[in-house]
Amino acid sequence: MEALHEFLQSSAIGDLLPWPVQMEAAQKFDVSCGKVEDTALELGLLPSRYQRNRRAISVSQQLTLFRSRVAVIGCGGLGGYVIEELARLGVGTIVAIDPDVFEEHNLNRQILSTPATLGRPKSEAAAARVAEINPAVTLIPLQVAYSSENGEELLKGSNVIVDALDSIPTRLALAETCTELGIPMVHGAIGGWYGQVATQFPGDDTIKKLYSRWVAGKGVEQELGNPSFTPALVASMEVAEVCKIILGRGATLRHRKMVVNLLDMEFEEVKFERLLEAVTE
Amino acid sequence: MQITVKLFATFREGRFSVEGREYPEGTRIAVILSELNIPEQQIGMIMVNARHAEPDQELHDGDTLAIFPLVGGG
Repeated sequence: MEALHEFLQSSAIGDLLPWPVQMEAAQKFDVSCGKVEDTALELGLLPSRYQRNRRAISVSQQLTLFRSRVAVIGCGGLGGYVIEELARLGVGTIVAIDPDVFEEHNLNRQILSTPATLGRPKSEAAAARVAEINPAVTLIPLQVAYSSENGEELLKGSNVIVDALDSIPTRLALAETCTELGIPMVHGAIGGWYGQVATQFPGDDTIKKLYSRWVAGKGVEQELGNPSFTPALVASMEVAEVCKIILGRGATLRHRKMVVNLLDMEFEEVKFERLLEAVTE
Repeated sequence: MQITVKLFATFREGRFSVEGREYPEGTRIAVILSELNIPEQQIGMIMVNARHAEPDQELHDGDTLAIFPLVGGG
């Protein structure tokens, strides 16, 4: 390991570690690309691919992201973009959960879908895409449907859960599991020109509130469908929330939701009154 | 009494975004929902002055009522 340290330090350009060096180190020392990345970050060296993160994210924060695990529930419209952005951001382990395969009606918006991936599992396409864009990241594809029964097994060990589901009852079940496991959950939902984002920390009942009047069926998306731009935007907002939660920075959408209306191009923050118990926590 | 009613997303279509409206003292939220022809099964959440509310809640002068449709796609 000492030899790897020396190799990385002597091959770095300033504090940047170019990709060919990262690859060479993996081969030379017979370790994974991820192991090289972890070691480099620990030495204060930044893999060059992250150099444009620099002003926003420091080397030590990049290491924190790399050692984090994020589970993305749903690999469709929202999930595809979420996974793409998490991998480029440098989150080290991504769990991609979706039982479905790509169908033609996904092609208008789901970034992981192409004519070539029709009929292929969405989670598998996520793994292939991440391997292509950032081989240092481990993507764990799980072609299963999330449920209260398998929830704990699927989510345990994750630092943050991303809701990219298209079902309201499954979302409500996911929120409950997140609370039980004490994991923050970033919620996103879309329909037509509209979307919403909110973050629930353990002990909050945000998701339950958002869908408190739900009895059955789907939301406005049933009628309006989902065009390409809404999932891209809402997914990006979700990833920004994930990044802040992991790094403990900025102000998250806790106790509030951001309502997005792209038809009138309006963003509105809706604040929830905090319960007294939550305030004194 | 004066109530500010805020509608979100599809609920604005054929209605309004935000309006100050006059109602008799003690009007319940359900009355306003039916006046505005908003089917209850399309509602995701109702808030009064940033607090979560139910349709049977009575409103008071100066309240702001916000009505959100269900948005559930991914």
